[in-house]
Parts: sequence; C-alpha cells; structure tokens
Amino acid sequence: MSLWEFANPVKFMALSGKVLPWVIGLCALTLIPGMIWGFFFTPEAANFGNSVKIIYIHVPSAMMAINIWVMMLVTSLIWIVRRHHVSVRAAKAAALIGVTMTVIALITGAIWGQPMWGTYWAWDPRLTSFLILFLFYLGYMALWAAIDNPDTAADLTSVLCIVGSVFAVLSRYAVNFWNQGLHQGASLSLDKEEHVSNVYYQPLLLCIAGFILLFVALVLIRTRTELRLVRLHRLDVRERMKDA
Amino acid sequence: MIALLVRDLRLAMRAGGGFGLGLAFFLIVSTLVPFGVGPEAAILSRIAPGILWVGALLACLLSLDRIFQLDFEDGSLDLLATAPIPMEGIVAVKALAHWLVTGLPLTLAAPVLGTLMNLESPGHYWIFITLLIGTPALSMIGAFGAALTVGLKRGGLLLSLLVLPLYIPTLIFGAEAATRGTAGLSASTPLLMMAGITAGSIALLPFAAAAALRVNLR
Repeated sequence: MSLWEFANPVKFMALSGKVLPWVIGLCALTLIPGMIWGFFFTPEAANFGNSVKIIYIHVPSAMMAINIWVMMLVTSLIWIVRRHHVSVRAAKAAALIGVTMTVIALITGAIWGQPMWGTYWAWDPRLTSFLILFLFYLGYMALWAAIDNPDTAADLTSVLCIVGSVFAVLSRYAVNFWNQGLHQGASLSLDKEEHVSNVYYQPLLLCIAGFILLFVALVLIRTRTELRLVRLHRLDVRERMKDA
Repeated sequence: MIALLVRDLRLAMRAGGGFGLGLAFFLIVSTLVPFGVGPEAAILSRIAPGILWVGALLACLLSLDRIFQLDFEDGSLDLLATAPIPMEGIVAVKALAHWLVTGLPLTLAAPVLGTLMNLESPGHYWIFITLLIGTPALSMIGAFGAALTVGLKRGGLLLSLLVLPLYIPTLIFGAEAATRGTAGLSASTPLLMMAGITAGSIALLPFAAAAALRVNLR
C-alpha cells in the first residue's frame, strides 16, 4: 500500500469510507472531553478571569488555519508533480475548512481582545498576518469557483497556492517589520519548558488533538464530496456530448 | 523578443490602448484624497507617501487585464506560444511592456502629484526612488495574476482579488521606505527588502505565469 495507489479515486473512496467513522469517533472522544474539561474544570486565571477559557478554541483554530495552508501547499505540489487526482481535491476541500478556522481565530481573538486589550482590533503583526491569510484563502477559493473545467482549475489553483505561499511568508515578515506587536509570544511548545501552566496546558493539548481530528474528518468528507462532484461533471459532459 | 516589445508598446500607445488611463486614474485618486481627509497641510504631508503608493498600486491594477486578454481573444497568444521564443520570455517581455506604459509614467508623475499632497522636500526624491524600484514587481506580479485569469469571462474582479494580497509585501516595504526617507530616517532596510522582492519576482514569476498560460491555452 502506497500513497500513490490512492490517486485512484475508487480506492480512496473505499478506504476513506471505512476510516471515516473511526476518525469521527476519535474526534468526539477528544474534542468533547477537552472542551468540557477546559471550560468547567479549570480555575480562572489571575489577570484574565474567565476570559482565559477562549484559549481552547482560539489557539487550536489558529494553529489549524496555518497548518491547513501548509497542507494545501503540499497537496498542490503533489498534484503538479505527480498528477495525484485525490491530492488536489483534498487541497480544495481543505481550503474551506482553513478559511473557517481563520475566521474563528479572528473572531474569538476579537471577543477576547475587547475586555483584555480594550479593543476588538489592533494592527498587530499576528492579527494582520491572519487577516492577510484570510485574503489568500479567499483568492484561492474564488479562483476554484471561477473555472468550470476541473483539471484546468486544479492546475491554476495549484500554481496560485505555491506562489501565494511564498508571498504569504513574505507578508508575515513584512508585517512584523511594519508594526510592533500587542499579542503575546508563543505560549506553548512541545520541547521547551516555558509554556502556560499545566492546569491549562493539558486540556489545551486535548482540544488541539480534537481540532486536528475534526479537520481530518471534515477534509475526508469534503474530499469525498469533491470526487463525486468531479464524477458528476464528467457524466454531465458525456451526456452533452451524446446529445450533440 | 524586441519585436514583441515594440509591438506591445505600439498597441498600448495608439488609440484604444488605454495608455493614459492609469495615469489619469492616479491623478484623480490624488485629487480625491484631500477631499476625503480634509485640506490640512500637516495631515496631508504625513500620509502623502502612503497615499501615493496605494494610488500607484491601484492605477497599476487597472490595466493588468490588458496584458494577455486582448491577445488571447484574437488568437495572437496562440501564435506567440508556437513562436520560437519560450513562454517565459513572452511573459517577461509583456510585463516589461506593461511597466513601460504604466509603472514608469506613474513613477515620473508621482513626485509632481506629491506637490498636490504637500509632500516635504526630500519626499519627492524618495517617492520617485521607491516607485522606480517597486513598480517592476507590481507589473510582474500582475502579469502572473493576468496569466491565471486570462481564460475567464469576468476575470477583472477576480484578478484584483488574486493580485492585491500578493501586492502586500511590496506595498509595505515601499511605503515604509518612502515614509522613512521623507521623515529623514534611514530607509535602506525596507528599500533593500523591496529591491529583493522585485528581483525575486522578475527571476521566478515568469515561470509560474508561463505555466498558468500553458494551462489556459490547452
């Protein structure tokens, strides 16, 4: 069994159909206890009060927003290099989830920022980069929506994703240079000692795992839908050819 | 390649080419901003470099869909694709032609329009230098966006949605360099960063744009 075998949509459909219920189950097993633990069984933080609990949505969604773009970059490259038909559909499926995660991160951040920083929005580097990331997602999805032929759309969006990634990274550093930040630095990592106290850290890890599994489940569902859409498109074209 | 450049320039200069359009748009934007923010000299001179940069960027955007669209419609792009020069060369030449008829006039006009905006005295020099270095990147990135959307019926709006996010780093460094230079601070870091973006765009984006054009001509 290799990755390339699943370029055949039939094989991918068979396997993903079997895997999907397990992923959904695991997701429910991590996300629901993680959220309940985080929201109801952690103490209030000294300076933040109850507002600290938004961390369980804000941090995982922000992490996913960035990592989903990276995943789209990898799958787009695989499409360009090897014409892996499932790969590019997965990139398209991931874009919608990625843009949703970006919006969730921006909105939860704004809700938290109002009581804590006294403002919903500041032109802080992290906030600004997320807004820019949101624009990149929008452009990518708009290009998908504008082109009828699935293969042309796949090629063009893949090229856009690769070029966009370079410019997204450039924007990140340009924005850093442009304005000083209000947002705190990274507050957790796997290998360093310094991160938020364990009381918050453990449920947060559970929530992050839950978000990752949620993403995998959603991306599988949407990829399956996309593959069926391509099939429908092909059938449609064939029917019209017959009539003509 | 030189023949192609001369042809593109001639087409742009003659009637219907929209040669002066970007320039007129730039002038109108610079006229409208004082109406919007009020005529106080202090505010205007503070925001002048940024406004001139945004205005130049939008004026550049206005003419992007002309880079490939007309040639695509009348079939000359297909002929160019079979010509003995590589697609990357065609893209580069077309971006250069776009810069010569849009970016360069904008660069030359910007210091004059800066006077309208109460730009301080070293500012004229800085806005000229930053636009001179930055506008080639705008044309090249725009040519890439135009190559992506060339086959589409309503590509214009989509083109701006695709291209404007890609313009962000150039705009940040360009406007920052112009602002710092005008204020008398050292502007070499943003200036060099912007020059890097321009050089990188010219070196790499023709390949991406040519790949997109090949897909669209399939």
